[in-house]
Amino acid sequence: MIQPLDSVIVHTLTRVITPVIQLFALYVLIHGHDSPGGGFQAGTLFAASVILPIIAFGIQGSLSVLERRAIILGGIGILLFAGIGLLPLILGGEFLNYGKLPIPGMEASARRHWGILGIEIGVTITVAATAVSIYYSLRERGEGEEK
Amino acid sequence: MTLFDDYLLLLLAVVTALGAVFVRDLFSGVLTLAAYSFFLALLWAGLGAVDVAFTEAVVGAGLSTLFFLVALYLTSHQEEVRKQLPVRIMALGGLGILGFLLLFGSVDLPVVGDPKSLPSKHVSSHYLRKSLEETDTPNVVTAVLADYRGFDTLGETTVIFTAGIACWMLLRRRDDSAT
Amino acid sequence: MADILLYRPHFVAFIILFLLGIYIMVVCLNLVKKLIGMYIMQTSIMLFFITLAVKEDSTIPIILPSVTALAPEAYANPLPHVLMLTAIVVGVSTLGVSLAMVIALYREYNTLEEDQILEKMK
Repeated sequence: MIQPLDSVIVHTLTRVITPVIQLFALYVLIHGHDSPGGGFQAGTLFAASVILPIIAFGIQGSLSVLERRAIILGGIGILLFAGIGLLPLILGGEFLNYGKLPIPGMEASARRHWGILGIEIGVTITVAATAVSIYYSLRERGEGEEK
Repeated sequence: MTLFDDYLLLLLAVVTALGAVFVRDLFSGVLTLAAYSFFLALLWAGLGAVDVAFTEAVVGAGLSTLFFLVALYLTSHQEEVRKQLPVRIMALGGLGILGFLLLFGSVDLPVVGDPKSLPSKHVSSHYLRKSLEETDTPNVVTAVLADYRGFDTLGETTVIFTAGIACWMLLRRRDDSAT
Repeated sequence: MADILLYRPHFVAFIILFLLGIYIMVVCLNLVKKLIGMYIMQTSIMLFFITLAVKEDSTIPIILPSVTALAPEAYANPLPHVLMLTAIVVGVSTLGVSLAMVIALYREYNTLEEDQILEKMK
C-alpha cells in the first residue's frame, strides 16, 4: 500500500500550494476566452489540487466520501453541458446554438460568449471529477487486497 | 522561432523517446516519458499552438505520468529480458517498408510554414476572420472548440466520462457492489 | 531525399517516433512498455497535425480586439489545434482505462508479461 509521506516540508508545501493551484485553475477557466486555457486544462488543474493532498497525507486524510463518488459529479458536468445545448433547441434554435440562449439585454455574440463560459464550466467539472475518479480507482484496488 | 530551435527540440524529443523505451527499469522509463512530453510541449509552444502546449504539459506530462506511476507502484516495475529474434527481424522489416513509404509520401506534403497550404485554406480562415465578431471571444481555439465544433466537444466529454465509469467498474472490489 | 531532411525535419521526426511506437507495441511483451509505445505513437500523430498548422511569420491564434483588417495568413491555423487538444485529453482517459486493465490482470495472474499471462490462462 502507498504510505503517506512523513515529511514536514512536503506537508507544509502541500498546504501552501493547494489553494494556489485552485486559484490558478479558476483563472485558467475564466480567462480561457482571452488567453490560452479552457475547460480541459482547468479541470486537470482542479484534479491535481485534489490528488496532491491524497498523495501527501494519505487516503484517510482526504474527503474520501466525495472522492469515492466523484464519478457522479462527472455526470452532472455532462448534464450541464447538454442542458445549455438543449435550451436553444427548446427556444427555436439549433442544438448548441448559444445565440438563442435566453439572456436578456445582449447581442447574439455576447450570448455566445456566456454560453461558451457555461459549457467550459461543465467540461471542467467532468474532467476534474473523472481524473480524480480514475486516480481513486487505480489506487483503491491495489490497496484493498492487502488489508 | 527559427528552424534551428526546431531541430534541437525535435532531436531532444526523439532522444528522450528512445530513452523512455530502451531503459530497463520501467520507473525510469515513465519519468523519461514525462521529459519527452515536456519537450514536445515546448516545441508546440514555439510552433504557435499554445493551447495544445498547455494541455500537453498539464495532461500529458502531469496526469498520465501520475497514472503510470500509480499503476507501476501497485504492480511490478521490472521488465524481463528475453531474446525473440524472429519477431524482431520481422517487425523491423515490415516497419522499414512502412517508414520508406511514409518518407516517400512526405515529399508531397506542404513545406512546413507554407501559409497557402491546403489545410490552411478552407474553413479555418473563416474561423480566424469571424470568430471575434460572431462569438466575442478573442481566443479562436476556445471559440472553435466550444461553439463552432461544440458537438465534437460534447461527444468527447462523454468519452472521458465513459472512461471514468469503465475504470470504476473494472477495479471495484466485490464487497463494494452492495453499496 | 536530402530536401526532406533539411526543410521538413518535423515529418522525419514524426516518422521516427511513429515507427518507434509501433515497434515497441509489436515487440515488447511487457504490458506497461506496450502502453509507453502507444503513448509515443499518439503524440507523434499530434506532432504531425500541429506541424500542418504552422504558417511562416505567424503568431498564436488569439485576436486582439484592436485589429481591424485581419489577414488569416498572420495567425496559425486553429483547427488542428482544437482537434489535437481533444485528442490529448481522450488519450489520457484511454490510458487510464488500459492501466486499470493492467492492474486487474496483475491481480489475477501476478505478472505483467504477455506470454506468461497467456501461459497461465490455459
